[in-house]
Amino acid sequence: MVKYVIIGCSAGAVGAVEAIRELDPVGDIAVISEEPIPAYSRPMIGKYLSGEVNLENMIFPSKNFWEKQKVQLFLGKKAVKLDLTRKEIELEDAEKIGFDKLLIATGSKPIIPNIEGVTKKGVYTFTRIADAEHIRETVYAIKAQKAVVVGVGLIGITVTEALAKLGLKVTLIGRRDRVLNQVLDQKAAGILEEAMRKEGVCIVKGRTVQRILGRKDNDDMVGGVLLDDGSAIECDLVVFAVGVVPRTELVINTELKINNGVLTDRFTRTNIPDVYACGDVAETYDFVVGKQRVLALWPLARISGRVAGYNMAGLKLEYPGVASMTALNHFGVPIISVGLTTQSGDSEGYETLVFHDQKRRIYRKIMLKSGKIMGMTLVGDVERAGVIFHLMKNKVNVEDFKHKLIADNFSLASLPETLRKQLIWEVCNEFHYSPK
Amino acid sequence: MKRVYVNEELCMGCGLCEVYCAVQHSKSRDLLKAFKRETPKPVSRIKLLQEKPVSFPVQCKSCRDPLCVSACLSGAMHVDEKTGSVIHDEERCIGCLTCVMVCPIGAVRINPNNSETVIKCDLCQGSEIPACVKFCPNEALTLEER
Ligand SMILES: Cc1cc2nc3c(=O)[nH]c(=O)nc-3n(C[C@H](O)[C@H](O)[C@H](O)COP(=O)(O)OP(=O)(O)OC[C@H]3O[C@@H](n4cnc5c(N)ncnc54)[C@H](O)[C@@H]3O)c2cc1C
Ligand code: SF4
Ligand code: SF4
Repeated sequence: MVKYVIIGCSAGAVGAVEAIRELDPVGDIAVISEEPIPAYSRPMIGKYLSGEVNLENMIFPSKNFWEKQKVQLFLGKKAVKLDLTRKEIELEDAEKIGFDKLLIATGSKPIIPNIEGVTKKGVYTFTRIADAEHIRETVYAIKAQKAVVVGVGLIGITVTEALAKLGLKVTLIGRRDRVLNQVLDQKAAGILEEAMRKEGVCIVKGRTVQRILGRKDNDDMVGGVLLDDGSAIECDLVVFAVGVVPRTELVINTELKINNGVLTDRFTRTNIPDVYACGDVAETYDFVVGKQRVLALWPLARISGRVAGYNMAGLKLEYPGVASMTALNHFGVPIISVGLTTQSGDSEGYETLVFHDQKRRIYRKIMLKSGKIMGMTLVGDVERAGVIFHLMKNKVNVEDFKHKLIADNFSLASLPETLRKQLIWEVCNEFHYSPK
Repeated sequence: MKRVYVNEELCMGCGLCEVYCAVQHSKSRDLLKAFKRETPKPVSRIKLLQEKPVSFPVQCKSCRDPLCVSACLSGAMHVDEKTGSVIHDEERCIGCLTCVMVCPIGAVRINPNNSETVIKCDLCQGSEIPACVKFCPNEALTLEER
């Protein structure tokens, strides 16, 4: 029997191993992954596709991490069965691993729409390094010139940028009225869209893909897509980035409670003793909206993994929960968006402060409720983000200086003295996600 | 952990800390050569913050539980095993700005010379006293273990 077993070898697993080893230097740890290589920076597969980074620089957190932490890795092996009564995991090759504590860190998987033609050669999703490799091979093999990307979220934008950098003419298709509709409002999205168009990306909004069309000379290969308005777009490859869902297939037939993701409490525990979940697969408390939700974000996966690791190793550490927090820097437009960001106008007790300078491509929006920050969007000029996020997390009442938050020269120096000094000199000694 | 401490009351906002920080991180490490001849232009890793009458520079504090390290998408932000300080590896950085989003004091900046990476104070690795502390004409900055 292995003391700690982790399924999935990515951000969540890294966080968990770090924490377990802080408290338990000797207990056996086994990490299982169906991917052939240990954890790598998943968000970097865009830059890997465009050839800007190599595999070595993507290995996360460092090359000898697993060895140094004395972790037994089961790579290229899929876990196919979870037996909760016998506390046992079965791998594809029938090998069985018993566990004392289990962490489910299986992440998420891409949604593939069930439409005619999706099985044609040249249809991809984009969540793993293998996807980047396959797309790159195709691009070179058939000298692809045109690509269609479906989906305007973080993954859609990432793969669009990579393909554009490879010299392809990309058409980005989204169901919504704007890109990144889950984290940006119309104005913020507009700035990014303008930059994307300047780089030659064609953005089609409010449309869905109904069918994948074949090539005239070979119907098994992608030749284009047919949209719901009847128009067709020619292309050599299609990437679906229409969202990800928690990978729950291993737990779906067990007593583990699943809502959208595996349900976890404030200590990353599931409803079954000794079984924990973290990262993209878990549903956790959102401290901004005050509800349980799934958020597929790298920092949250690593941090929740860490909290899970401490709890698995016997320390009861509370997870403060998640908040929507997106930072991106694609097409030369820095954007940071945290908390409630897509609403505009003042309603239901919310107050919005906005600064928009079209010429400089700068946009700032802060959402307030009863003097407290509920969300921020910063485009173009983002260096103040961390300070505002801190005020938001700590529910600081900003009523007296709220207008400064969106002013050009806002910084730590704009805060009232006590708050400022506390921030600079106390926060650096605080423990956020570790035991005190 | 030794950190750069600022006495706000002594800071006059002259900005020399920024100048010497830039020189320290330039190729030549020479004030005149660095600004006159070098391309890309040397950049300061610290920022002088001003909102009159308050002014002070902000440097990375190498937090005990650094949020930038927990959040970093690439592993570029890491804790140096030997010194315990938080170090940024420019080679690995993809400029995703996640660290900018979470650093509670705003110590991380977008690299003005390459907006696909970020920069922050590295306590002048290798020097005993960081340049900002050494050259502050009013002794507003000190390197201390508190
Ligand atoms: C292109 C792209 C760009 C992104 N950009 C950003 C970004 O800018 N910012 C951000 O915060 N987040 C970003 N993300 C999201 C981020 O990568 C995820 O939130 C993060 O990887 C989640 O980590 P995790 O540990 O929960 O799981 P994952 O990284 O999903 O890893 C889970 C692992 O478990 C394996 N696995 C699953 N089931 C089994 C099984 N039964 N047996 C064996 N192995 C199994 C999977 O193969 C996978 O390797 C991006 C993602 C992608 C794809
Ligand atoms: S960059 Fe910010 S969060 Fe990171 S160690 Fe420095 S002060 Fe702390
Ligand atoms: S900008 Fe660089 S250092 Fe900062 S989080 Fe992204 S990869 Fe890490």
